[in-house]
Amino acid sequence: MELTGAHILMESLRQAGVTHMFGYAGATICPVMDVLREMPDIGYTLVRTEQNAGHMASGYARVTGKAGVCMVTSGPGATNLITGIATAYMDSIPLVAITGQVPSHLLGRDIFQEVDITGAVAPFSKHSYLIKDANDIPRVVKEAFHIATTGRPGPVLIDIPIDIQTQSVKAFHYPEQVNIRGYKPSVKGNELQIKRVVEALGKAKQPLICAGGGVWLAHAREELLELAERYSIPVVKTMMGISVIPTAHPLNLGMIGAHGNHCANQALAKADLLIMVGTRAADRAMVHPEDIERRMATIHIDVDPAEIGKNMTAAIPVVGDVKVILRQILERELTPPDSAAWLEKLRSYRKAELDRVFPQREGYVFPGTFLRKLGEKLADDATVCVDVGQNQLFACKYLPQKHGRLLTSGGLGTMGYALPAAIGTKTAQREKQTVVICGDGSFQMAMNELAAVKCENLDIKIVLFRNNVLGLVHQIQRSAPYHGPIGVALDGSPDFAAIAAAYGIPSTVVEDETQIDNAIDAMLTRKGSSLTIVNVHPDVTTND
Amino acid sequence: MKQTISVLVENRAGVLNRITGLFSRRAFNIESLAVGPTDDPTISRITIIVDNGNNMVEQVEKQLNKLIEVIKVRTLEEHHHISRELMILKVTANAKTRQDIVTICSIYGAKIADISPTSMTVEVSDTPDRLDTFQEMMRPFSILEVVRTGVIALQKGSGKI
Repeated sequence: MELTGAHILMESLRQAGVTHMFGYAGATICPVMDVLREMPDIGYTLVRTEQNAGHMASGYARVTGKAGVCMVTSGPGATNLITGIATAYMDSIPLVAITGQVPSHLLGRDIFQEVDITGAVAPFSKHSYLIKDANDIPRVVKEAFHIATTGRPGPVLIDIPIDIQTQSVKAFHYPEQVNIRGYKPSVKGNELQIKRVVEALGKAKQPLICAGGGVWLAHAREELLELAERYSIPVVKTMMGISVIPTAHPLNLGMIGAHGNHCANQALAKADLLIMVGTRAADRAMVHPEDIERRMATIHIDVDPAEIGKNMTAAIPVVGDVKVILRQILERELTPPDSAAWLEKLRSYRKAELDRVFPQREGYVFPGTFLRKLGEKLADDATVCVDVGQNQLFACKYLPQKHGRLLTSGGLGTMGYALPAAIGTKTAQREKQTVVICGDGSFQMAMNELAAVKCENLDIKIVLFRNNVLGLVHQIQRSAPYHGPIGVALDGSPDFAAIAAAYGIPSTVVEDETQIDNAIDAMLTRKGSSLTIVNVHPDVTTND
Repeated sequence: MKQTISVLVENRAGVLNRITGLFSRRAFNIESLAVGPTDDPTISRITIIVDNGNNMVEQVEKQLNKLIEVIKVRTLEEHHHISRELMILKVTANAKTRQDIVTICSIYGAKIADISPTSMTVEVSDTPDRLDTFQEMMRPFSILEVVRTGVIALQKGSGKI
């Protein structure tokens, strides 16, 4: 059999451990698709728009720890994928995106479905390749997976002109090693800095850990909990780190930030030592980083040196793999910080937050009320994919976390992320209970993917908060300096139950709070996907 | 404060694009940028002059380091590096003014590169400041065109980045 670029691309992907791809075929990727036919061990999900191939690969990557792979055609296929790539970039999710490209000798002539995709994604991808010789494919694939998954993970794009896919090659050899002289991420933390960390910990009276998405990316959850528990250090989280510690854990204080839990923000305001672990101190989590810098000692542990000092100057920076650094800290002898008084104070804040009584409105459901009950009834290790908007803020604030995952687009805030991400996670983990939480705005950005749910026969429970308005923007527009809602009413929305039914997916409507229990029980016990529509008043705000 | 950053990169298509893209995306100002191959044909050296706060230069360095094709980044210490720029300048010249131009050129070590009945083209290599003053001295003769390469720099002594 004649070996072509397409063959060695697919064989390289197989060698890289790829077992599933998400994509959308088109003319310029057809040679590769033709080889995929011969590889039954590599699964393939056809999306309904390319952006969602990126989100599905992201969901897949986040639960497997492997790079998610998506593959689309040139031109509009590639540009549609851009939002998926940017979403993954902002949340440091490892992706390998493969795009078909027009024949290399016609590059730059603006021919049919040509676009400079490597140029377009440069600002929000970790790296990209335009392959000019099929013999480079194995090395490029090996490097792409290495770059995507090591250091601070992120998306890598490989653009392959169709003539390179059909170019014949003599032999296939997948390299064992990677050697990129400009890319050597730090792993171990500097021992001198570790010593300073330990000293600062010993001196602290009111220490606080802030856990970000980097804890998940480094698989360092166990180490983080060990550090917190051994020295009784309370933990706050950013949106990306939300499920690192269970809500019921006595040291958990919830999410910080403008939309966070009150008790978490109170702790952040009063701490004397902040230990930031795998977080970039972005604006949504740390609204006034300069205040934090001024008021307390700070330790910043991150794999990306550029994050240290970008938004906030840390007193003690430690660069390297979060898991390795936490181990280094745990290995040291340390006088436990005397934090009894601090913990006692926080306990009262925490109780007030957990005992919060939610507002009620006749004929409607308050999202917090629904989410609290949902969290109680969910499986211990459920995966919950949350969209963007009010639904995201409510879920991050009020959905009780156990030992599962909450996945959302925290950095870019991409509406329509949740359903495709859930399809990605469910593809990787068929046995895991998988729930989508979205609003009627975000659902309408992704509901075409119900086709993938149906086609792949996935069991995904979709909870849709319906308030017939783009809730978060509506909320913003109703407060100063704006003068009222404009362009946010979702008039013309379809009958969502009928949409679901058209895909063979059953649904229920929760019209008031008396129906919550039954609806959740029915949703979780019924086998197969379902849509649960929850009526929410349009004037509800995330501050209620 | 102006600072000189020396960057070693893979000598490949598209690398310069990534670097300039990074500067515009992160809102760093480039005052001057010069690029050329090094003694190793697989490596190019880029010399960048930035005019930002100290903290900003540290971010520039860190962000440059994140680019996969960037091999090494170093901010050159002030007064501990040699920096030069080449300028070619075309000025109106006739029988009356030609001698005055030549006199100024000899003060600055500038060479006459081309001459015509109505013009002279001179080349001069020096520090950016000296080039600025040379340009000022030429202005009264009526400058027709100027081109500058951007600054290139190496650190003093036997050290290398």
